[in-house]
Amino acid sequence: MSTAPVNVIDPVDTRSSTAQLSVRNVAKVFPGKKDLFSKLTGKTRRDFVAIQDISLDIEPNTFVSIIGPSGCGKSTLLNMIAGLSPVSGGEILLNGAPITGPGPDRGMVFQNYALMPWMTVEENLRFAVETVDPKISAKKRDRIIKEHIQLVGLTGAERKHPHELSGGMRQRVGIARALAINPQMLLMDEPFGALDALTRGFLQDEIERIWEQQRKTVIMITHSIEEALLLSDRIVMMTRGPAARIDEILEVPFPRPRNRDTIQQHPAYKGLKAEMESHLFRETRAVEAERVGG
Amino acid sequence: MAASHSTPGLIVAERQAPLWQNENVRAFALFMLSLGIFLLFWEIGAKSGWFVKGVPTATETIKEFWWWVTNPFYRNGPNDLGIGWNLLISLRRVAIGYIAASLVAVPLGILIGISPVAFKAFNPYVQLLKPISPLAWLPLGLYLLRDSEKTGIFIIFISSIWPTLINTTFGVANVNQDYLDVSKTLGASRLWTIWKVIIPAALPNIVSGLRISMGIAWLVIVAAEMLLGTGLGYFIWNEWNNLSIPNILVAIFIIGLTGLVLDSLFAALEKFVAFGRNS
Repeated sequence: MSTAPVNVIDPVDTRSSTAQLSVRNVAKVFPGKKDLFSKLTGKTRRDFVAIQDISLDIEPNTFVSIIGPSGCGKSTLLNMIAGLSPVSGGEILLNGAPITGPGPDRGMVFQNYALMPWMTVEENLRFAVETVDPKISAKKRDRIIKEHIQLVGLTGAERKHPHELSGGMRQRVGIARALAINPQMLLMDEPFGALDALTRGFLQDEIERIWEQQRKTVIMITHSIEEALLLSDRIVMMTRGPAARIDEILEVPFPRPRNRDTIQQHPAYKGLKAEMESHLFRETRAVEAERVGG
Repeated sequence: MAASHSTPGLIVAERQAPLWQNENVRAFALFMLSLGIFLLFWEIGAKSGWFVKGVPTATETIKEFWWWVTNPFYRNGPNDLGIGWNLLISLRRVAIGYIAASLVAVPLGILIGISPVAFKAFNPYVQLLKPISPLAWLPLGLYLLRDSEKTGIFIIFISSIWPTLINTTFGVANVNQDYLDVSKTLGASRLWTIWKVIIPAALPNIVSGLRISMGIAWLVIVAAEMLLGTGLGYFIWNEWNNLSIPNILVAIFIIGLTGLVLDSLFAALEKFVAFGRNS
């Protein structure tokens, strides 16, 4: 498999001087096993190119969604931005400085909430706040915790443990925890993927409300077209993997604050939705075909 | 109950459910029935000579049991102690050996668990020493320590260290990656992560290791004491020399009961640290 970029876009053209986050020609290769020992035991594995040459600039205070077929490397890209996984090629700049590891300037919301089960709601937030700022005064810390529990509408559940909460409430804690450390940017990896449709809708509305209040830069991975259209300013559509790249970036022109009923009246809604549907349908069908054929 | 107005039929049906349909009631009834049949079989069998000569009847054994339980703490010389004293002696040996083993196994397990290199380096020792029967250490202990009391404790120590060590290592090495990612994205230091995330996350594994170790310690002490002096194990051995089968049966029952109580304590502790996991 060739690792040379296929669809080369000159990075100079896409580079923006005002970008908060700048992804430049980033690639991710999961190395195979080709050493002598593996050859002798017959367990060689070829390199796997998950992502090939992705460039993307994200302006401050924008809500960006990444959408693409399953296994296209969306989570890999987000993990690289979070600093949890190193890039194999290219670089990711945050405010002009390359990302070398994880840090509290990027708050992360996980698909399966990743709350500590032995900590109460309050303790989960306190853990985040104290880890980021060990010298914080108790008064300031408690105020931050209280504010964020209030922000996500969980007042009254402070002393509960995660197993006593519903999935939707757990993810509210996850969001509160990510925001409590006051990050520059919020990274969300399919935050509502494990929730039922109704809870999902409620939480999307909550995110829209919270975003209107704080206007932080958000990068969200999603599978849902409606979710992306409701929340984002820009939607990044990725092709299928391996060697996934960006197919197209859509601007979402709906005025804010948004509401799921009024955006559907907007003249651009149908066109955008149809475009995304055809993209996802095409890519997913190709994935299925490859799987059946291979 | 708030729903009683809207669904009277359901409530009435619940209330009318006869007592014998309750699962716990039925289980208890079956337990009592089987126990009754067993005691009856024993009593009749012993009286009509179905077993070997000298097997006591159930009533004799129960009378003997009652005597021992109502006179637990008497002292007529080293070979004639109340069963309460013997129980305390055994418990004390188990407590010292077991606590020492836990104090070594938990920190060592954490150290081995967080480092893959240490895990690979120390695993051969653990795998080699784990399957050794605790009694195999007895001669070595007696030779090295020259003291039966210390040897008993040493055997408890060496046999109850492994389950805790293995479980702690496993728990620490297999902490959910999500918790570690959370810690990393917050920029936590290694030590802070170990203290605040890895140890609490591994706690259910550590406690189940401690529970298994306690079970083993209690199994081993009885066997070890047969060869040492005093304690419940020695009591059984002594009664065997006296050919007093009822007393042996009494001691067996008390050993089982104590083991049950110890295990229940750890089961409760396991539940306390689970927080909705493995349930």
